[in-house]
Amino acid sequence: MRTVVIVGASLAGLSAAKALRRQGFDGTITLIGDELHRPYQRPPLSKQFLAGTWDRARLDLPDRGDLGLDAMLGTAAASLDLASREVTLEDGRRVRFDGLVIATGARARKPRWHAGLRGVFTLRTVDDALALRAYIAEGHRNVAIVGAGFIGCETAATLRGSGCDVTLIDFERLPMLRALGESLAGLCRDLHEAHGVRSVFGAGVEALVGRESVEGVRLADARIVEADCVVVGTGVTPNVEWLAGSGLVIDDGVVCDSTCAALGSEGVVVAGDVARWQHPHYGPRRIEHWNNAIAQADAAVTTLLAMPGKGVPYAAVPFFWSDQYDCKLQLIGAPEAGDAARVVEGALGERRFVMLFERDGSASGAFLFNSMHRVAAYTTTVEAGLGRVTEGIAQ
Amino acid sequence: MKVVVNFDLCMGNAQCMMAAPQVFEVRDDGMLYVLQEEPPETLRAAVEHAARLCPTQAITIEK
Repeated sequence: MRTVVIVGASLAGLSAAKALRRQGFDGTITLIGDELHRPYQRPPLSKQFLAGTWDRARLDLPDRGDLGLDAMLGTAAASLDLASREVTLEDGRRVRFDGLVIATGARARKPRWHAGLRGVFTLRTVDDALALRAYIAEGHRNVAIVGAGFIGCETAATLRGSGCDVTLIDFERLPMLRALGESLAGLCRDLHEAHGVRSVFGAGVEALVGRESVEGVRLADARIVEADCVVVGTGVTPNVEWLAGSGLVIDDGVVCDSTCAALGSEGVVVAGDVARWQHPHYGPRRIEHWNNAIAQADAAVTTLLAMPGKGVPYAAVPFFWSDQYDCKLQLIGAPEAGDAARVVEGALGERRFVMLFERDGSASGAFLFNSMHRVAAYTTTVEAGLGRVTEGIAQ
Repeated sequence: MKVVVNFDLCMGNAQCMMAAPQVFEVRDDGMLYVLQEEPPETLRAAVEHAARLCPTQAITIEK
């Protein structure tokens, strides 16, 4: 293998390039990305960068310049031909490869009513964040946030901190309900309300109101939430359109085996938000978190450089964190509705607590609230719990 | 090898502690403590992994 092409120049793509060099690959690495920017950090976009406490230079992911990358930035990949082993870019250029790493990530999902008006933003790229910041700086400070997932909640917290009026809207009854479950989601609602965020939950959005600029959000029950700025945080869609007709299996991401090798190919691996791989514990899964982009890139590169069929299964325990106001929320594992939940340190509603989730008597997840010092310990607990479950299945 | 942490960037996510517990410790005050500023070479891979995992890229390794 002399030439590896990495499509996607964000955290997973750059991590793959670093992993290739670390694992001794000394051939050509071409990094293709649709954004003009060199790889940068996305988590601060809804936090420090939106607040203005981090400047643009701080977002850049460190790259000591010794990777010897051939970077082709600002042009998206348009198609993949597995027979000729070529990626074609939108401007018609073609790049040949021996090995391919797909790390095209995901983009902000835009609901059908998201169209046409000034003052409506998603928050996925640095350009999104700059545009939102500029609009708020123009004096648009009555913000409606549609979607109370993590991006929506972080954005609400940050903009409240900047003195904006914020209304958080979601069709679910509580913020972050699917990820956290009833009791924790209730706690999050209380946290936001205590900071002066108005919440409108259990309400679907029907349309945006306004002529040239947005003036409000009309709900399905005909209520109108007035706002001169709207941020839409309704999840992401994996970037797979360029792979149509390539022969790879696409199903909410690029479908891979347990070693991150794309089904229906040889010498093609997948990492990061776009990878739907066969997780040894959870089955087919996509993970959209920071740590996974790094660790899965390492695993995918190991598979790519190994002989065909000699890759090692990738079994990472999901982990993510969220910073809202002065609170740190961290979730380890993947608890599901129906798992038993109990507080094992502190108490719900206290400044600091830990909630453990269990399924069939084994730990399935842990939620840490302002308990960063316990991350390592509960990761071990959750890993052990998953191991027991998998052994049980094997027997 | 010298470990340098930019404490202005550190958010206490404790990912470094999982990668290299001999070098990084987040305590119950939520702050990161560097246990060894010049760890032995045997820990280089672990420390480099910690630096990669850091969500705010607050860890750098000199030399």
